[in-house]
Amino acid sequence: MVKTAIRADEVFAILQQVHDPEIPVLSVVDLGIVREVRDDAVAITPTYSGCPATLVIEQAIRQALDAAGLQKMRIETVLFPPWTTDWITAEGHRKLEAYGIAPPQPSGAVLCPRCGSAQARLVSEFGSTPCKALYRCGACGEPFDRFKCH
Amino acid sequence: MDSVFDHAIRLGDDALILGQRLSEWCGHAPMLEVDLALANIALDLTGQATLFLALAAEEEGRGRDADALAFRRDVLDFRNCLIVEQPNGDFAQTIARQFLFSNWQELLLAEIAEAPAPALAAIAAKAVKEVRYHVRYASEWVVRLGDGTQESRGRMSDGLDWMWRFVEELFDAVDGAASLRPAWEARIAATLRAAGLERPRPMRPILGGRKGHHSEHLGHLLCEMQFLQRTYPGATW
Repeated sequence: MVKTAIRADEVFAILQQVHDPEIPVLSVVDLGIVREVRDDAVAITPTYSGCPATLVIEQAIRQALDAAGLQKMRIETVLFPPWTTDWITAEGHRKLEAYGIAPPQPSGAVLCPRCGSAQARLVSEFGSTPCKALYRCGACGEPFDRFKCH
Repeated sequence: MDSVFDHAIRLGDDALILGQRLSEWCGHAPMLEVDLALANIALDLTGQATLFLALAAEEEGRGRDADALAFRRDVLDFRNCLIVEQPNGDFAQTIARQFLFSNWQELLLAEIAEAPAPALAAIAAKAVKEVRYHVRYASEWVVRLGDGTQESRGRMSDGLDWMWRFVEELFDAVDGAASLRPAWEARIAATLRAAGLERPRPMRPILGGRKGHHSEHLGHLLCEMQFLQRTYPGATW
């Protein structure tokens, strides 16, 4: 069935089911990369220029839209304004923390997602993906990823 | 006056070639964290190259895309600066190249992000946030190696000496780049001071990359990078 009219909040609900392939606990909506939903298009903004997940995310969004009967809805890539971690939703922050990744705090604070201690030490500016840095907790010893403020 | 195409092809080629060079470290870096860091920087640069070359292809309007520009152009058509195509050498030489180049790239991208060409500015605004990390990473290593052992200090100093002859070109033949020089010099001086290293002595600069006059190294790099698309044109997987 090809749908002709759909409300933006219904499209957001569909995209809430599309997950980031590298941080599967987050949806593309939590991540803040869905910038706008119009009658005929969804606008997305990639996170990092070289993020390998970008293409996979676009394909996953395409599949989800098609499955919902929205074959005619286009996907537009918008580069400006550039994506920032400020666009990660409050829900996204909660999910990251529960998953063991320290969310990006605007204050720059790094709290251990395991024990909550602020005594974290940077191990490497670059972690397992472009968006994360590697830390170790000074209190409980747990190594963990931190979502970089970007 | 340079066109958007001129700017985009230069910025794209700089990022593409340095990204390819850094990728050569993957699996060979002195330790795991460095391996991850260099691969991440390479990834950022390759991503930036894709965006800049896609824009160049669009501006050119001859039906080529970013892949065609990256994989099916010959060495004389590349417009990257010479420093990015230089071999990695040892780790200190790689860091010297990154330190000198990323500081320049950050200043240039910050300026382009404010410039009137909206498509270039959008890519630059995104890329500059990534390059800030590269600058910080390379600068920290310059200090660590310079302020380390006699061996590390000697290698860092040699690396800077080797790369210094390619500095002049960064400020030559690109609109507006000459005005970035004082800010660049101040940054370099501050880090070298923290590292206890001397600024390399002036030496005869080597120019030409922006006109397609490259060192022999670029041909070898392209040979490896372009092999698959040259052998199996249009191959995807």
